[in-house]
Amino acid sequence: MTIMDPIKESVVDPNVVNITINDKPVAARKGELIIAAADRTDDFIPRFCYHPRMSSVGMCRQCLVEVETPRGPMIVVSCMTPVVEGQIVRTTTDSVKKAQEGVLELLLANHPLDCPVCDKGGECPLQDQAFSHGPGESRFVEEKRHYEKPIAISDIVYLDRERCILCDRCTRFADEVAGDALITFTNRGNDTQVLTFPDEPFSSYFSGNTVQICPVGALTARPYRFKARPWDLEQTESTCTSCSVGCRTVVQSSRDELVRYQGVDIDPVNWGWLCDRGRYNFESVNSPDRLTTPLVKTGTELVATSWSVALETTARMIRLALAGNANSVAILGGARGTNEDAFAWAMLADKLGIDQRDSQFGDGLSPEVFNLAQATIDETCAASTIILLAPDLKEELPVLYLRVRDAAQKRKSRIIEVSAHDSGLTPHAWRTVGFEPGHQARAVREALSTPEMKEQLARGQVVVVVGRPNLAENEMFTLQALAEVFIAAPSVKVLPVLRRGNVRGAIAAGLTPQNNSGDATDILNAAAAGKIDCLILLGADPMADVPDSGLVQRAFTQIKNLISIDTMINDSNRNADVVLPAAAYGEKNGTTTNLEGRISNVAQKITPRGTSRPDWMIATELSISLGVDIGVSSLEDLSEKLVGTVAAFAPSVDAKSTHGDGVLMARETPVTISSNLSKVIDRNTYNLRLVVSRTMYDSAGSTVSSPSLAGIITDAAIFVNPLDLARIGVVDGTNVRVGAEGTNIVIMIKSHNGVHRGVAWLPFNHTGVDIRPLLNISNDVIDVRIEPIK
Amino acid sequence: MSRLNEMNTKSAREIIARYPRPKSALIPLLHLSQEQNGYITREAMQHLGELVGVTSAEVYGTATFYEMFKFEPVGKYLINICGTMSCALMGANELMHHAEKKLGVNAGGTTPDGMFTLAHAECQAACTEAPTLQVNYRYRLRVTPTDLDNLIDNLRGGKLKEEFPPHGVLSKVRQIIPTDRAVGAKDPEDVNESPAWLDGKAAL
Repeated sequence: MTIMDPIKESVVDPNVVNITINDKPVAARKGELIIAAADRTDDFIPRFCYHPRMSSVGMCRQCLVEVETPRGPMIVVSCMTPVVEGQIVRTTTDSVKKAQEGVLELLLANHPLDCPVCDKGGECPLQDQAFSHGPGESRFVEEKRHYEKPIAISDIVYLDRERCILCDRCTRFADEVAGDALITFTNRGNDTQVLTFPDEPFSSYFSGNTVQICPVGALTARPYRFKARPWDLEQTESTCTSCSVGCRTVVQSSRDELVRYQGVDIDPVNWGWLCDRGRYNFESVNSPDRLTTPLVKTGTELVATSWSVALETTARMIRLALAGNANSVAILGGARGTNEDAFAWAMLADKLGIDQRDSQFGDGLSPEVFNLAQATIDETCAASTIILLAPDLKEELPVLYLRVRDAAQKRKSRIIEVSAHDSGLTPHAWRTVGFEPGHQARAVREALSTPEMKEQLARGQVVVVVGRPNLAENEMFTLQALAEVFIAAPSVKVLPVLRRGNVRGAIAAGLTPQNNSGDATDILNAAAAGKIDCLILLGADPMADVPDSGLVQRAFTQIKNLISIDTMINDSNRNADVVLPAAAYGEKNGTTTNLEGRISNVAQKITPRGTSRPDWMIATELSISLGVDIGVSSLEDLSEKLVGTVAAFAPSVDAKSTHGDGVLMARETPVTISSNLSKVIDRNTYNLRLVVSRTMYDSAGSTVSSPSLAGIITDAAIFVNPLDLARIGVVDGTNVRVGAEGTNIVIMIKSHNGVHRGVAWLPFNHTGVDIRPLLNISNDVIDVRIEPIK
Repeated sequence: MSRLNEMNTKSAREIIARYPRPKSALIPLLHLSQEQNGYITREAMQHLGELVGVTSAEVYGTATFYEMFKFEPVGKYLINICGTMSCALMGANELMHHAEKKLGVNAGGTTPDGMFTLAHAECQAACTEAPTLQVNYRYRLRVTPTDLDNLIDNLRGGKLKEEFPPHGVLSKVRQIIPTDRAVGAKDPEDVNESPAWLDGKAAL
């Protein structure tokens, strides 16, 4: 928002309050705080506790300024004082200087002077402001306060209480923003300290943000402790691709190794916050398990070789398969890379006539959701009604959860959650509509037809957040429920939340089934039937990601040639014929597209590991080996082609537009969706209907190969309602046999109040027990029988 | 074990219902749990968090502010000897040394038989009667070492039961509010008229 200079502005805006700061006129917004108005000028007011994304508390008293009053100048706290018309503020007078120096001297009285060994030294607001606004000397000669040096308050975060200045930023963040008030001020008084409840760790998904906003070195994070000094860091602004929210970050490196990501505050997306998985999975880029050279199968083993040999081998395999029939080659994956990577591979596939490609693995939604009227994250959070037909946002798209939570808490958007089990947003939902998988469309139709709901839907804009909440049911149920929402609220807008990093970009760039060919499930079925000779995995690990592991195994035994382009060896490419090492995040430039269609840049900070190359470069070289040159000689070249060819990317024609806030994809005229309720078999009352969804810390490759996160992954367990637990006749925390269609697994059962009766919730891809044998995706829904082990 | 028992859980729900927001009931509930166990246990704090819908950390943060909530077992009689200026001038330090010797524990400690906990206290607001002490928050004024000896002997001998109720029951009387005096569970932001106990005369 731009506010015009009040002197030149002729129209009086009732929302503008004219004040002067240090004798310069400033146009402030009504209700704005003095410190916020001053932040738009050159006059910096020192502060520790004030943070523009959180409520003001006036804890540190550092931001004292002078305000003219009828009784003369008065010292006020600028983060607690709103502007009023005609206010005269001075920030540099002698009395302000004296007041600020006094506060700093007191803050430093108990603060240890261990800056030389403190990670924050060099980028520390306390250090910096002690220089710029401090007295220079302390009169405090007494013994300083002593506490045990850092105590671990979670697996990731360490707290040094001696350094803490009690600014309330971390505790405020935990309570207000993340909703995990697991750290708090305790022993208030002379011994106030931030602590967790005894033996209950600060196990928040967002704990890393407290480290980032700590104005001193009190909170440090394990992955960065003693890794680098701020003056050694190099950094570049980029976009996180761990999930599809697309948080803006800075990627920092030291000695050509990634050492830290920090959140960057952009209005439309992440407001400066990151989730811990996105923040700390840079460790996987540094992993010693990274592939450094191409591997080609010789005999039964993968043997390191040169790029030219590997590319020749790959080309020969593709040529051989294509000689028979273009439908005997398929490409899976592409959502991990950049838009340019996906486009290069789509061009190559076009040239070769490969129609069978998919960047989803049967665990997403049909791309038709992108053709409906689209909402941005901002539009979603500004809507009167937000309908959730989505997986648990806190688990899958954590920072979007923070935005939606904020909308419900502070902006009074009302959330109608349609879910088979409680999610992170359930406590903030206005109404929760429960259902049994398969019956969601009916549940939505009934719920939205009550007078109360009709009134709410008529109140203003409705946005439906739609994703894939359950891997153990056919995606059509979600689409039917979506269609019901369109019937109840025809002007509804859609925020599609497919979770994979750049899945929207990959689909738009062309890595999606072409000419009515099948999707990933069809490709795997065709492979299992022996119809696919050559499968190319583009950063894909179907063995871990496709819910139906039986299908993948059947498919893989039939495929003649498996080619994998990846950063590491995983279950899918362990037996591949060729493995080409790909450059990872932070090692390549390009653009990515987030779930709302925002195109923003990802930047290279370090040299690709070994001889690994970006996916687009591999596609280009392969096209030359295959004699179907896609005509790309540089990334700029490729971007130009992408912007010129694919209409959706046209707005990013100026590369600069992808920096900062990024730019939204071009939207096509929206189509609508129609409903056709399908028949669902009723559940046998002895059985429970399965809900399989993902949690934040699962065995995803980037989590497993990040040492700081790997330890947080929990063992698989099945969760049922306490009443169902009693009915089955087993004790909470014991092992049970879970059976479906002649197959069964043994797994621990846990009682969970948030799981509705008749439903069993099974988190996907956890350690310990492989649950996928239960997930035969040819079934529309999956019912399981849980039995005690005698 | 040291969560609220069934009866106290019931009272807890009654107390919570008196407030527009459940977490406002935290302080009376902490008193209730201290009354039950003699001190605030970890399990009790977790239980209270569940009851009023806040995290255990928030209960802990609230409880630790208050000097009168104890987090370790306290003797049957808690003796607080004031050590602030007026009492100090009138011999509070000597009184404390005497008490330490008599009971065989240092300030802050509890006797092995679980009868007495001895503690320093800040000003007890009875400076004209210095030095003062409190036994389970009931005053004894102008205390001499001999007075202290007699007091301890009497308490040990099971006398003075009437005067000094067991530690932890201090707030018991306050938890019964007659209906006509109760304000009712209205959100303060929605209240436009004066509260019941103001006789409806004073304007807000």
